[in-house]
Amino acid sequence: MQSQVPLYPEQASNFAPHVDNLMLFITLICLFFAVAVTVAIIIFFFKYHRKKPDDVGVPIHGNMILEAAWMIVPLILAMAMFGWGAVVYVDYRRAPQDTLDIYVIGKQWMWKAQQPNGLKEINELHVPVGKDVRLILASEDVIHDFYVPAFRVKMDVVPGHYNTMWFRPTKAGRYHFFCSQYCGTNHAIMGGWVTVMEPSEYAAWLSGTSGSGGNPVVAGEKLFTEKACATCHVGAGVGRAPSLNGVYGAKVLLADGSTVIADEAYIRESILQPNAKIVAGYQPVMPTFQGQVTEEQILALTAYIKSLQSQPVPEKGSGVAPATEKK
Amino acid sequence: MSTTTLPAPVHKMPREDYLNATYGLRSWLLTTDHKRIALLYLGSVTVFFFIGGLFATMIRIHLLTPNGFLVTPETYNKLFTMHGVAMIFFFLIPSIPAVLGNFLIPLMIGAKDLAFPKLNLLSWYIYLVGGCFVLYSFGTGGLDTGWTFYTPLSSVYSNSAVTPAVIGIFINGFSSILTGLNFIVTIHTMRAPGMTWFRLPLFVWAHYATSLVMVLGTPVIAITLLLVGLERMFHLGFFNPALGGDPILFQHLFWFYSHPAVYIMILPSMGVISEIIPTFARKPIFGYSFIAGSSIAIAVIGFLVWAHHMFVTGESTYAALTFSFLSYLVAIPSAVKVFNWTSTLYQGSISWDTPMIYAFGFIGLFLIGGLTGLFLACLGLDIHIHDTYFVVAHFHYIMVGGAVMGYVGGLHFWWPKITGKLYPEVLARIAAVTLFVGFNLTFFPQFMLGYMGMPRRYHTYPPEFQVLNVLSTAGASILALGYLLPMLYLTWSMRYGRVAGPNPWPATGLEWKTASPPPTENFDVTPEVDWEPYDFRNRPDLGLAASGPLPAPAHGDD
Amino acid sequence: MHRTGELYGHFETLEQQKDSAALGMWIFLVTEVLFFGGLFLTYTINRHAFSVAFGAASNTLDLKLGGGNTVVLILSSLTMAMAVWSAQVGKKQWVSIFLIATLGLGTIFLGVKVIEYKQKFDHHLIPGSSFDMRYHSEHPGPNDDPKEIAAEKEELEKAFAVDPDINAHAQLYFSLYFGMTGLHALHMIVGAGLLLWLIKGSFAGRYTPQYNTPVEIVGLYWHFVDIVWIYLFPLLYLIDRHQ
Repeated sequence: MQSQVPLYPEQASNFAPHVDNLMLFITLICLFFAVAVTVAIIIFFFKYHRKKPDDVGVPIHGNMILEAAWMIVPLILAMAMFGWGAVVYVDYRRAPQDTLDIYVIGKQWMWKAQQPNGLKEINELHVPVGKDVRLILASEDVIHDFYVPAFRVKMDVVPGHYNTMWFRPTKAGRYHFFCSQYCGTNHAIMGGWVTVMEPSEYAAWLSGTSGSGGNPVVAGEKLFTEKACATCHVGAGVGRAPSLNGVYGAKVLLADGSTVIADEAYIRESILQPNAKIVAGYQPVMPTFQGQVTEEQILALTAYIKSLQSQPVPEKGSGVAPATEKK
Repeated sequence: MSTTTLPAPVHKMPREDYLNATYGLRSWLLTTDHKRIALLYLGSVTVFFFIGGLFATMIRIHLLTPNGFLVTPETYNKLFTMHGVAMIFFFLIPSIPAVLGNFLIPLMIGAKDLAFPKLNLLSWYIYLVGGCFVLYSFGTGGLDTGWTFYTPLSSVYSNSAVTPAVIGIFINGFSSILTGLNFIVTIHTMRAPGMTWFRLPLFVWAHYATSLVMVLGTPVIAITLLLVGLERMFHLGFFNPALGGDPILFQHLFWFYSHPAVYIMILPSMGVISEIIPTFARKPIFGYSFIAGSSIAIAVIGFLVWAHHMFVTGESTYAALTFSFLSYLVAIPSAVKVFNWTSTLYQGSISWDTPMIYAFGFIGLFLIGGLTGLFLACLGLDIHIHDTYFVVAHFHYIMVGGAVMGYVGGLHFWWPKITGKLYPEVLARIAAVTLFVGFNLTFFPQFMLGYMGMPRRYHTYPPEFQVLNVLSTAGASILALGYLLPMLYLTWSMRYGRVAGPNPWPATGLEWKTASPPPTENFDVTPEVDWEPYDFRNRPDLGLAASGPLPAPAHGDD
Repeated sequence: MHRTGELYGHFETLEQQKDSAALGMWIFLVTEVLFFGGLFLTYTINRHAFSVAFGAASNTLDLKLGGGNTVVLILSSLTMAMAVWSAQVGKKQWVSIFLIATLGLGTIFLGVKVIEYKQKFDHHLIPGSSFDMRYHSEHPGPNDDPKEIAAEKEELEKAFAVDPDINAHAQLYFSLYFGMTGLHALHMIVGAGLLLWLIKGSFAGRYTPQYNTPVEIVGLYWHFVDIVWIYLFPLLYLIDRHQ
């Protein structure tokens, strides 16, 4: 029976059981109210069916206690749904430390993914089971949405923004992923397969097929030189711009006194709109690279900047302290 | 149906009413009579309902097989976009307010007309002009952006006729604004002597709340879509990230109107149900002030929940938490309404007339539609079911199951008043049941499809989704029959139906105190109201068994 | 719709008719607030995102013309208020005089706006392919003060150094500028039409202490249009002004 028309997709991520339990919880509450109201209506419908054409009903105008009850009880239940849903959502929006970061770029009408070692995939995504995976999502044109029903998670892929989503695959297998934000003509075929593999197989797969893509760190380093970033962002922090050593994941002190975590979104913004957030102690002299670098190049630059973790962080300007070590 | 013998109409000669007072096309096209304008709207929204319905039929046929065999992807995208635009902006939003509201509000409050009759006619012409632009867009290249017009797809990437469509919706917005304005002013200033605020029929309260939404929300979508049009025509970058704009800003502006717009569609329908239930249960509505107040509450809170359409856009977690919380709050006034309607049935004298069957159908479908809203408002669940068929099913339950059931039920309820004729009762009950069954068969499988993970707006889908899709299409064919039947027999009854008399049910509202169809000036003498709403006991004029007050068992809230 | 004197048939009393008209206009103005609100929001967000480009673009506006226009519009509100008052106390000639004065001031405002638009056109500041923020400083007119041009150039170059895409972002500013001031001007033109209709009625002596609803309603509208400008002026002209 269930094999013919299953009620829910396979549970293949850490979120899947939570989401399904939540679903069950809300369904049960709703079913209770739906059945209660329906049964009441059906009973009244027959019990109080008009006997004589000129009959009238008993005038009852209302009851304060009842009104209060059916405002307060649903409110309490609604708050329970809200609370539980919020817990799951907050967990989903806050990625854990030490994730396996994969870049995913959506464009009309295909998905490009790039593994940490630079391996590129199209409409395919390979991830290891049991490892926290974080997808960093960018779009080259319109809004897309990366959706894996078996993982019960999705996130919009918005041009001009970085969104991230994370999950921990719990079961090896191949699962559909879809674009679930309407994006034009071939929206419906903009999808593919997530392959969840045992970590050892994943490692083998990565090394076995590597070399086809080119390491993003290397590509980023090349770009860093080509775009003359290094003229100002010199290593020792004595240039016109802050050093980028160890900046990724660190708290950065800004000119206006606030601090910001140097994550992918911050690096991307600093490349495209350098003056949005000025590091304390520096002048707003960096030109914008809006329109001069592609999303993929930004990802490469970001990967390179992330790799600059070896040297100690210089004192001047680049803020507080490096965060806990990233891989 | 109730065949109460009523005081027979005294007029031997053909009485002059709003339909036969003047003749000729001119007398209709230049009329300022709210009743005639309502009929003009009835005609034009029906045309758009047909257009939208045709697209829907093609969509369902196309989805019979996983690869779709009817149309190309481009055409499919155009179909669902045009279905949405025609149905939402040109059928659902004007349907109950502009047809039933227009016809009934002055009658219900004892006025001769709306406060601004010429403005009322102007609204209809604005609607027509907007409609023509949209039809032009449909005819010349179609529209493939989705009815949501998300940027930058709509402003940069789409190759279809977006500009005339957004201009058409922009223009049509003013029709909505002027109608809302007219209603608010009319309800404030044109009430007959004795018609206090708490004697207003709940239909009027619902329209008051609806009008607030129309007046406050519509200008925002008008300007937003105008910006999209400008962006497209002059390559500006308000919402285009390539030029520095922000596509998320568009979504905020769009949903600031378009979420409350859902309440424009459902609130009037709730008003209709609040009239039908006490009439056919022959007792005062349970918790009058709670139903009236909940309409206003829905309208107000409805403005504060828009970003729940954006939980997965990457909006900040705090924003998501706030909007989820507020979305749950809006569930409470809706629940209050359902509980009060149900309680009204208790110890009633319930007849099984067609409008009552529609009312039951409404409660059933609205219940499912409303309750599934709780799933979507839930943050943790929305990350899975957002933008899937679950959403499609949910909003069809609200907007078709809710709003259209109310509209068709209301048309039946007031048909004798509008035309002076009765519709064929047996046929009408069959149609009502057909609609209910067909609707559930069409849309319930879509909840399951959604939870299984089928995204919306897909012209092709993985084969595992086929069974449910076929079920849905089968249901749609029953649903189509359920819509065609009333159109046919209602039209038939205009000429051949039995004469209704002023108050066939009988009902307590002021609109039933005048002849059917009413004279142009609505009432021969300005009525004075000295009774409470939905009071069947103290109304000897209704010719019912009990007159004179009973010792009322419960007087809770008033 | 039959009509007895000034009373339309579907109203019971003149007072009811007046209340309806006033309430209707107030609600209409609420919708107008939201209509402009969408634009103000878009402006604010973009202003925040591209403060350098928007600052540079707003510096190209003529403060004297804009400020003068603000004074003209405030004066016109005063004369409009006087016209309403005159109608209420029954000074029939003064109604006409004040209405004509209001119309005159409104026309001056629109005339100045045309001059401003023309200037933007000459300086290649209309969004489109020929848009160029540098055009004016590179092609100064004969009446321009060379010192000012030099200062302008320096400012611009500073801005360009920070935001090389200033031409794109300033186009956003100017599309919002033309959109908002154009929409405002459209409201002024509608208002001028309404004033003409009022003036005609006032010549016929229609407005009396008993019946002056049209003057009052149009007055409300006119004040609203003024208030919109009172917000537009600082937003578009004054923020980040440094000269």
